[in-house]
Amino acid sequence: MTGEPFVAWIGQMLPLGFSWNWGLDGWIVVIGGLAAVASSLLGNFLVLRKMSMLGDAITHAVLPGIAVAFLLTQTRSSPAMFVGAVIVGLLTAVFTEWIRGAGGVDEGASMGVVFTSLFALGLVILVQTADAVDLDPNCVLYGSIELTPLDTVSVGGRDVPRAAVVLAVVTVVNALFVLLFFKELRLTSFDPALATTMGFSSKWMHYGLMILVSVTAVACFESVGSILVVAMFIVPAAAAYMLTDRLGLMIAISVALAIVSAVLGHVLALSVPAWMGYRSTTTSGMIAVAAGGLFFTAATLGPRHGVLVKLVRRQLLSLRILCDDIVASLFRGEELEQQPPTATWLAGELFASHWSMKAALAMLRRRGEVADQHDRLQLTHVGRERGQRLVRSHRLWEQYLVDRAGSGAERIHDQAERFEHFTDRNLRDELAKETDTPVEDPHGRPIPDES
Amino acid sequence: MLNPPERNDDANLPTAARDDGAGADVPLSVYDLTVAYHRKPVIWDVGFDLPAGQLIGIVGPNGAGKSTLLKAVMDLIPRASGRVRVFGDTYRENRHRVGYVPQRESVDWQFPVSALDVVAMGLYDKIGWCRPVRKKHRQQAREALGRVGIGDLADRQISQLSGGQQQRTFLARALVQDADLYLMDEPFAAVDAATERAIVEILRDLKERGKTAAVIHHDLQTVPEYFDYVVLLNMRVVAQGPVSQTFTQDNLQKTYGGRLTLLDEVTEAMRRRESSL
Repeated sequence: MTGEPFVAWIGQMLPLGFSWNWGLDGWIVVIGGLAAVASSLLGNFLVLRKMSMLGDAITHAVLPGIAVAFLLTQTRSSPAMFVGAVIVGLLTAVFTEWIRGAGGVDEGASMGVVFTSLFALGLVILVQTADAVDLDPNCVLYGSIELTPLDTVSVGGRDVPRAAVVLAVVTVVNALFVLLFFKELRLTSFDPALATTMGFSSKWMHYGLMILVSVTAVACFESVGSILVVAMFIVPAAAAYMLTDRLGLMIAISVALAIVSAVLGHVLALSVPAWMGYRSTTTSGMIAVAAGGLFFTAATLGPRHGVLVKLVRRQLLSLRILCDDIVASLFRGEELEQQPPTATWLAGELFASHWSMKAALAMLRRRGEVADQHDRLQLTHVGRERGQRLVRSHRLWEQYLVDRAGSGAERIHDQAERFEHFTDRNLRDELAKETDTPVEDPHGRPIPDES
Repeated sequence: MLNPPERNDDANLPTAARDDGAGADVPLSVYDLTVAYHRKPVIWDVGFDLPAGQLIGIVGPNGAGKSTLLKAVMDLIPRASGRVRVFGDTYRENRHRVGYVPQRESVDWQFPVSALDVVAMGLYDKIGWCRPVRKKHRQQAREALGRVGIGDLADRQISQLSGGQQQRTFLARALVQDADLYLMDEPFAAVDAATERAIVEILRDLKERGKTAAVIHHDLQTVPEYFDYVVLLNMRVVAQGPVSQTFTQDNLQKTYGGRLTLLDEVTEAMRRRESSL
């Protein structure tokens, strides 16, 4: 194999502690990648239609279809398997709808009834016939991706694993489906009612999607098993959803994440146990773990829904509010002609922690709004203007709350204290107009002019 | 479906009662429409002809079946009985002449699409199956967003729009559909004052261009100001007709039954209106 020297070289450079065989490991990655890509293409729409559970249900429920087809044809490569799976997959979707409508139970419960019954039926058939036929229940549940490269067919004179051929076809079909019906999928997923009034039946789109989910589940179950295929449907798509707010990009990212998790999954399956002195572990499991890791990363670092971004944003906001409070409090002190306070005294006054006070003061000094006079804090000209705007906002709000909202004088300070941070020039002008341009607030303190 | 009675000469029956293709000039005719959920009727024997080129308010208390009526007209939910005619033919036949504005809460605003994408959805019917949205379609969508006053927000993801802006996006989508009859499900629900004015402007503009709009509306006080014609609904049609004759205290009492607080409110509003004249 041509890749071997290269990999041997990588092996020398990086002490990964495993050996790589392109004829075997290469195909495992390709097969895992194809399974993940084929699944996640459809998974985007399962996630967006809030149907992740139905994907889960179908991937389990196709089992009796597979089992019966296998029983009848005695072969694994038969198209009968796909037909059987599609029939049962569609039955799952139809039964779920029917039980929900007729029985008046919610969707989760009706799905739970349908797919567990069908899955159990499939297991029973498989276990009963396991001796007679060459289909191992374990293999159906967890897949046996490590063995797939051994079962080859001849394509153009070369031996190619049968699973790779099947998955490649399914991937192409799914990609064509998503490309051709991109517009229709988007519309029926976002606004099924409008889609139906326009003649794009959301029901038929739904069942089209379910047929492909069933086919994909069958194509994948041999490699990754019926349990882990759910991870491939949902996890890359859910991670992509965290990272973008455009549908086209979301699909592209999910495909990329699917490929990365396949490569990463196999490398980890080989290397992690080796570090600990064990033999390699199951690749399909590791692919799902890798995908989960990628999802976790996206959920933490994502720009839109990322936890970290939200945290930073909240910190910045509270820092800005503290800066506001410092400047306003210094302004009030000047008004009363008090001696400028020290940083420590002010921190106690504003209930600010040592570190946040330090950060806020650093920010104010850099922006030239606060200057130090020995150990005391003083407003600069720019800082005084900011303080004036804030105090004006605060007192206008107090006036407005008493005047217009009929609040009692004892409650207005806290409300005004919150509103002042989010009040811009336009809003202040409007407030002044609404309250007939007052010169004093309800407590009798002067309302400063607009600076 | 019930057979239409033999009283075709009865001028009071909706044109949909006749099955001779009459009423091509009637935007929407409903006859004997009944819809039931789990055998419990939600709307019952509803019938009316909507006048062309007018703004029509559909008014009634919560649970009166207003949304159900619109959905049943568009075959979105099954009918227990009744006949619907849109410009003298079945809804299916004249689907392209109807524009629908669903309730804002009916969709997921976290969905990864921009305002422009949503408006362009109004053109999918014309674009046809499997064909992509092209530049000229996007241009059309952008213009429609401009018409509803949020042209600068075209590329925003829809969750970053305010409630009013989201409602305007829905209206822009209806505008690009270029329909003759618009069915709107509470476009005024929970929008800011500026958006409310913008929607009224759009409705009047539609009327000027000869379109008909049937709008589910909750705010009784603004009914006389916004609409020409009103259908008062509470499972059945309580009253229908031009606002000046139909929107009376008596009819409202019948529609809203014992809900006195609401009634007091509107009586007060009407007294104010009268005294200001």
